[in-house]
Amino acid sequence: MMRRLFNFQGGVKLREHKRESTQSPVIPANIPKTLILPLQQHIGSPAVATVNVGDKVLKGQVVAQAKGNVSVPVHAPTSGKVAAIGKHNIPHPSGLQSTCIIIETDGMDIERRQKSRFVNHKDLSPEQLRELIRQSGIVGLGGAGFPSHLKLSAERNRVKTLILNGAECEPYITCDEMLMREQAIEVIEGLNIMRHALQAPRCIIAIENNKPEALKEIKLAVKHNNLDFVEVVQVPTVYPAGGEKQLIQTVTGKQVPAQGLPIDIGVVCHNVGTAYAISRAVEHGEPLVSRYVTVAGSVAKARVLEVLIGTPVSDLIEECGGNRKTLSRVIMGGPMMGFALHNDDVPVIKTTNCILVNSSIADVPLPSRSKHALPCIRCGACSDACPVGLLPQQLYWHTRAKEFDKVQDYHLFDCIECGCCDYVCPSHIPLVQYYRYAKNTIWQQDREKKLSDISRQRHEFHKQRLEREKRERAERHKKKRQAVTADAAQDDKKAAIQAAMERARKKRETTNTMPKNTEQLTEQQQKHITEIDQRREKAPGPRTES
Amino acid sequence: MLSAIIALAVLAVIFGLALGYAAVRFKVEGDPLVEKIDALLPQTQCGQCTFPGCRPYAEAIAKGDADINQCPPGGETTIIALADLLGRDPKPLNPENGEEKPKRVAVIDEQVCIGCTLCIQACPVDAILGAAKHMHTVIAQECTGCDLCVPPCPVDCIDMVNIKPTVSTWGWDYPTPLPENLARLANQTNETSPPPKRNSSEPEATGVAETTKVASGGKQ
Repeated sequence: MMRRLFNFQGGVKLREHKRESTQSPVIPANIPKTLILPLQQHIGSPAVATVNVGDKVLKGQVVAQAKGNVSVPVHAPTSGKVAAIGKHNIPHPSGLQSTCIIIETDGMDIERRQKSRFVNHKDLSPEQLRELIRQSGIVGLGGAGFPSHLKLSAERNRVKTLILNGAECEPYITCDEMLMREQAIEVIEGLNIMRHALQAPRCIIAIENNKPEALKEIKLAVKHNNLDFVEVVQVPTVYPAGGEKQLIQTVTGKQVPAQGLPIDIGVVCHNVGTAYAISRAVEHGEPLVSRYVTVAGSVAKARVLEVLIGTPVSDLIEECGGNRKTLSRVIMGGPMMGFALHNDDVPVIKTTNCILVNSSIADVPLPSRSKHALPCIRCGACSDACPVGLLPQQLYWHTRAKEFDKVQDYHLFDCIECGCCDYVCPSHIPLVQYYRYAKNTIWQQDREKKLSDISRQRHEFHKQRLEREKRERAERHKKKRQAVTADAAQDDKKAAIQAAMERARKKRETTNTMPKNTEQLTEQQQKHITEIDQRREKAPGPRTES
Repeated sequence: MLSAIIALAVLAVIFGLALGYAAVRFKVEGDPLVEKIDALLPQTQCGQCTFPGCRPYAEAIAKGDADINQCPPGGETTIIALADLLGRDPKPLNPENGEEKPKRVAVIDEQVCIGCTLCIQACPVDAILGAAKHMHTVIAQECTGCDLCVPPCPVDCIDMVNIKPTVSTWGWDYPTPLPENLARLANQTNETSPPPKRNSSEPEATGVAETTKVASGGKQ
């Protein structure tokens, strides 16, 4: 039975450039000398390192534990020694550094001792499965890196359809295609496990129609396993058909509500790579320590490699016959949504699907992201291309005017940053960068607003505290003054003075000594003293009284 | 005649009671405008606006004693927000009050600190921790970067440090502004002697450059 497909509006046709890297079978990449494992490879809070510098680690051993619910652990991809834990360059558009565990590999690739985990997933409850998937460090491998266990909860049986995303619509990227061609059975196994965890009644595997071999393999695997609840669907090759919301619309005809989640319409969408990783984790007890990565562009041998997480990008480029000296730009991800790396010593992380090498010798034709922007001519091509149905031009004008409330009125946060508007713009305006700037500024303002609210509270408290202290001090002084003027205190003091005078007098009498400086005075001194005494008598005041 | 007077009197009593009840029931506490203005101010409490804190400044704006462009920590964003709220035109920051700087945080050199508590007394948000003759330190999350603790320090051990972006706070830059590109293109066309057709379009191009400086411009 052929399923009826629906179209999403907009989108662009791109040159695929996929043939180069799909000619040779996938092989494991060489084990590099050092592996760099960032503690944050996923959306959520970073993991916490559980090893120390100098520790020996085995393949699959946990080196960093999850912190909080939206987090997953990190495992050692091979055996070796922890060389350092500290700041290192990470693959991020900012080019900033972050905390990483750096492992010196020993080349032996010794695995940790396995617990008996060869269980049938059907014997496990959905909760146990989710925990197992979480402990295996699995995140969405399509690019976003959202912890998978959170997308597998079967809350109140809301999930009606599980969609497996094998569309992979961006040019150059071929890792999912090669995975489906070579590991179709494992992918289907992963789908089965996910279905069990979600308790979803039906599953759809969506594959773009430019991957006939992958489609054949997957269909064979489904037939072989006799899965009647799985439907394999071919979707048209239009960028961004692989976008989660676009794919759901193509396959089911339903639109995910604005700023909502697919779960709101009873759909959950996972990447085929995630399905494979889940199958490896549940059926074989292997945590996520490697993934398929396409190395394409200006390299002698473009291909897909099975790469250990943490392998430096430079090693991969050299392995595929690229020349590090002639690199002009390395892009992680595809040409449309990827980002340029600031350094080629950054590692492959869990979400890395493609490394696109651009060298100064043979330039790779990339869609225009140039700095040759010209004024907007209001042609409207961007609105036609937008797959979400936004008005990119209005977003652009309001971002330029820094009217961030109006940008949100035009649903900025539904923009998926696919780059279609950018690509079709005849004036080469970097529209997506404007939208990213606007989103970041809005988030920044929200953060500052929260901080300023805290500051206000603290300042109010500060003022209250000062007032309270002032009041307390005044009260204290008042009490003291009262105490001083009170009669009892006065008497005490007088008695003490009296006693002291008495003591002095007695002492004088018993010893019978007078101060020496009052005897044997010269005439001049005597005169001086009388003068002073006279002056004292004349001047009225407390001193003369005593 | 009498019935009309009675009717009017009864009506007056009813309306009077209704109004009196409404005055009590819907009483507005304080000036709501001050609250709204205060909510837009950055709460740095730095006093650069010449008022002792954000709330006094908000009160002054509400009364009309102060202009909206006297808050350097808030900068352009705050001025635009205030202009929106009060229905005025935004204007550039008054240079007498200072200039907009990136957000900073105070750091105490703990080796040098003598524990005099002067900075603790100066801090408007109680973000400095310490006691007499004991080392002080700044609670970085609570510091508003107001600079008020710097002048009282007798040993100059407080530095204002720019907050470096982390991976989670980093954001994309604003794209290269358009006029620069246009200037570069204009230079190119001047250097390579353009064909006569192009010559006629040149003034148009520069005209566009001028209009696009205003966000609503760019009409063709």
